[in-house]
Amino acid sequence: MIRIEKKSIINPLTLNFFKIISFFIGVFISTLVLKVFSINITDFLKDIFVDAFGSKYAISETFLKTIPLIICGIGVSLAFKMKLWNIGAEGQLYIGALGSTLVALYFKTDSSFFMLSIMFLVAFILGGLWSSFAGLLKTKLNINEIIVTLLMNYIAILFINYLVYGPLKDPDGFNFPYSKKFPPQAALSTLFDTRLHTGIILAIILLIVYYILVERSIWGYEIRVIGSNPKAAKYAGININRNVMLVMFLSGGISALAGFTETAGVINRLQHSISPGYGYTAIIIAWMSGQKTFGIFLYSFFMAVIFIAGDTLQLNYQLPISMVNTFQGIILFVILISEFLLNHKISFKRRKDD
Amino acid sequence: MENSLLTLKNITKKFGNFYANKDISFDVRKGEILTILGENGAGKSTLMNIITGFYMPDGGAIYINGQKVYFNSPKEAIKYGIGMVHQHFMLVKNHTVFENIYVALKDKNFIISKDHYIKKFKSVFDEFNLNIELKTPLWKLSIGEQQWIEIIKLLINDCNLLILDEPTTLLTPQETIFLFQFLNKLKEKGKSIIFISHKIKEVMEISDRITILKKGEYVTTLERDQFDEDHISKLMIGSTIKKSVKKSPVENNETILEMINVSAKNDKGLSDLVGFNLTLRRSEILGIAGISGNGQKALAEVLTGLKDPVDGKILLNNQDVTKGNSRQKYIHGIAHIPEDRKAMGIAPDLTVEENLILKNFKDKKFGTLILNKKMVKKHADLLISKFNIQFGIKSAPVRLLSGGNIQKVIIARELSEQPTILVALYPTRGLDIGSQEFIHDTILEHKSNGMSTIYISEDIDELLKICDRISVIFRGKNMGYVDPTNTDIYTIGKMMGGAITSD
Repeated sequence: MIRIEKKSIINPLTLNFFKIISFFIGVFISTLVLKVFSINITDFLKDIFVDAFGSKYAISETFLKTIPLIICGIGVSLAFKMKLWNIGAEGQLYIGALGSTLVALYFKTDSSFFMLSIMFLVAFILGGLWSSFAGLLKTKLNINEIIVTLLMNYIAILFINYLVYGPLKDPDGFNFPYSKKFPPQAALSTLFDTRLHTGIILAIILLIVYYILVERSIWGYEIRVIGSNPKAAKYAGININRNVMLVMFLSGGISALAGFTETAGVINRLQHSISPGYGYTAIIIAWMSGQKTFGIFLYSFFMAVIFIAGDTLQLNYQLPISMVNTFQGIILFVILISEFLLNHKISFKRRKDD
Repeated sequence: MENSLLTLKNITKKFGNFYANKDISFDVRKGEILTILGENGAGKSTLMNIITGFYMPDGGAIYINGQKVYFNSPKEAIKYGIGMVHQHFMLVKNHTVFENIYVALKDKNFIISKDHYIKKFKSVFDEFNLNIELKTPLWKLSIGEQQWIEIIKLLINDCNLLILDEPTTLLTPQETIFLFQFLNKLKEKGKSIIFISHKIKEVMEISDRITILKKGEYVTTLERDQFDEDHISKLMIGSTIKKSVKKSPVENNETILEMINVSAKNDKGLSDLVGFNLTLRRSEILGIAGISGNGQKALAEVLTGLKDPVDGKILLNNQDVTKGNSRQKYIHGIAHIPEDRKAMGIAPDLTVEENLILKNFKDKKFGTLILNKKMVKKHADLLISKFNIQFGIKSAPVRLLSGGNIQKVIIARELSEQPTILVALYPTRGLDIGSQEFIHDTILEHKSNGMSTIYISEDIDELLKICDRISVIFRGKNMGYVDPTNTDIYTIGKMMGGAITSD
């Protein structure tokens, strides 16, 4: 006979501690999966360590992958804080990338600052409008935002695919599915002689803005009240529909900025599969971090290491990069279980007949 | 002890480090009504959950007819003849009476032999003179009738021990009398009843014995000849309850708020208020009596701005505040204790501090863009000490507080801005006597500062105790006003049933 009872109070510190512990348990279980492919786990872990932290270049590559994760993580967290389930960050990232690309290719200016600012703004606004559609459907017709944002991912990704295979294809690109290369003034400058670009500064600024907005500002208080209890929010005179629209716009706009940093900072063109699932991973990040600023940073970094591990698997062990999805799934699963175990008391009781 | 049906020996239940029940031992005799009295948090619900098999005790034993038993689920408890009528009925509104009873049967055959059961159910109805048609859909029944169905569900399953959790909360006095007759009849037939209630008066009327719990521990069991209101409340909370409160008379007849022919509709488009009239004087407590579901909720919502009236006028100090900006302004100045604490009154995941500014967070003193945490804390500390709000970890979400303390958070917040009008909707429902007293005292204190209160409640004793005038709401209409000093509970009860309209 298994009995499950809810525990009442858990110290938030304990909770976070065990979340991180379970993250590593998840990593450990993931490595067991690799056993199946007869990979030596000690060697593999060593390889990951070298690839993620082994040199200046390795560390810069890890942070390079952290950038879009932080940005999308913030976008998704902002919506989650209000219990608005925007799971369309992946599509919003692609839309942002499209916006940046259109500006970079067709807007003529010699000023790098001017160019990048316009790319930034257009990405933000296009992404915001894209996700606002889900907000509009929710407020006007009460259509669930989860399904809308999810399905719009596919529209966005396939639309970009169409563009890079069709109208935007680079005529000198040997038929590869990508756009023309951006002019030099449309590229974010890099730091320390590595591929790491100034997008990292943008990510940190966004983290600070997020912290102030959500955790310190009066507007953030409104958002948290709505997330906790919409009825109480209504009763306190908070306009829920207006905030749904606003948060949906900001959430999509911020996520789209990851598309801006990826195109302007890393690949300097629009191409098919610009993101290996940063937008989806952001959902895990937003969830694991409890939408706390530092948590977003920390888990984005962890997840970036996982992506590096995926590269390692692909290059050194010839396994597909989609192994990363397996890892993410296992880790999320372990964390979910640990959270359940922390919140509930489980006891096994035998029937006594004496 | 051969006369006892159920015996509890040293029942202990721990949640974490907290003892919800500690070494509780008592027995329930065959054919008696035993009341369990205790404040909120005294461990009544936990104990009932153990007896009915929802929880397993960490220590101690349960005996039925002298035989030690273990329950792994409520189903097994029913097998041993123990059943419970919960405060919130476990009935399917869209199904018929027959279907509701049928679904609760403990041993059903695969093929429904309807005729057999119809006969069986009918015989029980006849036995207790209940006039209910089996084919009626449940939602057509009154609350009192629905409660009978709940009890009959237990009787059909041959339950010998019936546990009733605050069964009179939703009933009119007349329905309560009928319920008590019903319970006495069950008692004569040898059934045992555990009765849980906060209302000491009715407890003394119906019980054979009273068992008192305090802070998870057994205090004592009183026999019928030992019943004494003061003594009981002393045992329960350790202090004697003030029997009546000192009412300061309303000084002037100045009308502060007036509702003229106000009508309101609910979400389904049905009328909740029909030409409702009301006058509220300065610094008076106006009670609104009525069986719940007669428009109280709509009344509170119209008054507090959660719902707009479809017709009629609301005047504040003779100025029309029915629509537009003046209504917004008026709403801002009104305080409201909502019906459902957890669903309406608080943001459960936020802290106590954050919940205390829910009403006035737009106030400039809390900052214009960035929330001034120092001010929020100062504001909270003041209210926490003034209203004696008790909680554990400071950063813990407010949902972990007890019901009484959540209500204190709401009241502290609502009254912190010195409102002129308070609309309280069932503010003491489900609270222990200590918390109830506190709420009454707080409202009376603010009354002396000039606040007017519309106090909506089903508990007539409570209304008679603290109100200056009482009006009765029935099917969305005001049935008239009565003076609590010269009106008895039965007159009001009749008005609640729609019988007479006074003055």
